[in-house]
Amino acid sequence: MMTDGLAPQTWLHRVPAGVKLVGLALLSVLLLPVCDWRILAGMLAMIAMVYAGFGRVGIARLKLLRPLLPLLVVVGGVQAASAGWNTGAVVTMRLLAMLLLADLVSMTTTMSALMEVLAPVFRLLRPFGANPRKMALAVALVLRFVPVLMTRWRAREEAWKARTNRRIPLRLVAAFVADILQLADRVAEALDARGFDQSVADRHSPPL
Amino acid sequence: METRAIVRIALLAAVIAALGLVPSIILPIAVGVPITAQTLGVMLAGIILGPRRGALAVLLFLFVVLLGAPLLSGGRGGLGVLFGPSVGFLLGWAPAAFVSGLMMARLRTLPVFAAALVAAITGGIVVEYAFGILGLMAMARMSLPQALAATAVFVPGDLLKAVATAFVAEASHRSYPAAIVSRS
Repeated sequence: MMTDGLAPQTWLHRVPAGVKLVGLALLSVLLLPVCDWRILAGMLAMIAMVYAGFGRVGIARLKLLRPLLPLLVVVGGVQAASAGWNTGAVVTMRLLAMLLLADLVSMTTTMSALMEVLAPVFRLLRPFGANPRKMALAVALVLRFVPVLMTRWRAREEAWKARTNRRIPLRLVAAFVADILQLADRVAEALDARGFDQSVADRHSPPL
Repeated sequence: METRAIVRIALLAAVIAALGLVPSIILPIAVGVPITAQTLGVMLAGIILGPRRGALAVLLFLFVVLLGAPLLSGGRGGLGVLFGPSVGFLLGWAPAAFVSGLMMARLRTLPVFAAALVAAITGGIVVEYAFGILGLMAMARMSLPQALAATAVFVPGDLLKAVATAFVAEASHRSYPAAIVSRS
């Protein structure tokens, strides 16, 4: 779930991550002043063709955007009601185009490739206290903690449901929060015991 | 920054993520209004970790989401989230956590529940909505009254979340006194 490393390769996968990011930034600046719905419609058609070119994976990715539809409809409706249909269409189409373009980059770029592109940025931030090694640890910890939290919560939920039919009380959530905070503090002790402390982290921190 | 702080920051970031994956555990009273439980994690991050680290936990979560992890509620993630009309609410999360933490630290004389409730409402509602409304005005070209009207429906749900946050903060403080940084 956290990685797209097994996804089939497309031509966009082979474009370097940095190029894609810069391209996205450029396109977002270029699209901003466009107020003609025909140009935006052409743009959307082109983007749709790229998605279609990816086959089933592309279509599946589009489905993830479904929760946004109500909001886009509201935004378009409000604009259409106050400033006319043209404005409504332009605002909605521009938003949609940018969403789809950005999602193309995410879909075809691995997390590690993006981290690599960002490594120079982190190095620039170093004088302000950013430590690339600690950032990498933090990101890895988040990705590891999510499934751990889910498993632990599910165990508690099952234990509750095995005993009663009543709804899960907030009390249980609070106990869970206290429990995972202790878990975090133990993880920190374990990391320190294995030598991940301030001095070590600062002395040799290889690029990400 | 000490290891303990980094791990706790990562933990709260993961809590925000997990709340997006199990949306229905705590909030049964969402009558037709799509409510994400993730802001609950944001308020909690500020209250538990304090202003600076709470905001860092949110930033870490957003960073992982932008890298592509599908951890926003509804399984969304990647750079696309930056261009949605609701991006203002996302950008408001870090200031919201910061202000929640600040209030929590300032209200040290109040009981935990009361302090956490005030903190959650100021950070999670006042600050959060200010950013969300600005975002709607910028991204969707709405006027101020339009944006206010569009977001008003979410206020009752967020008030419930603030109460839930305060309860969770108080109860976890009771069972693990080191839980809330400004109280230990």
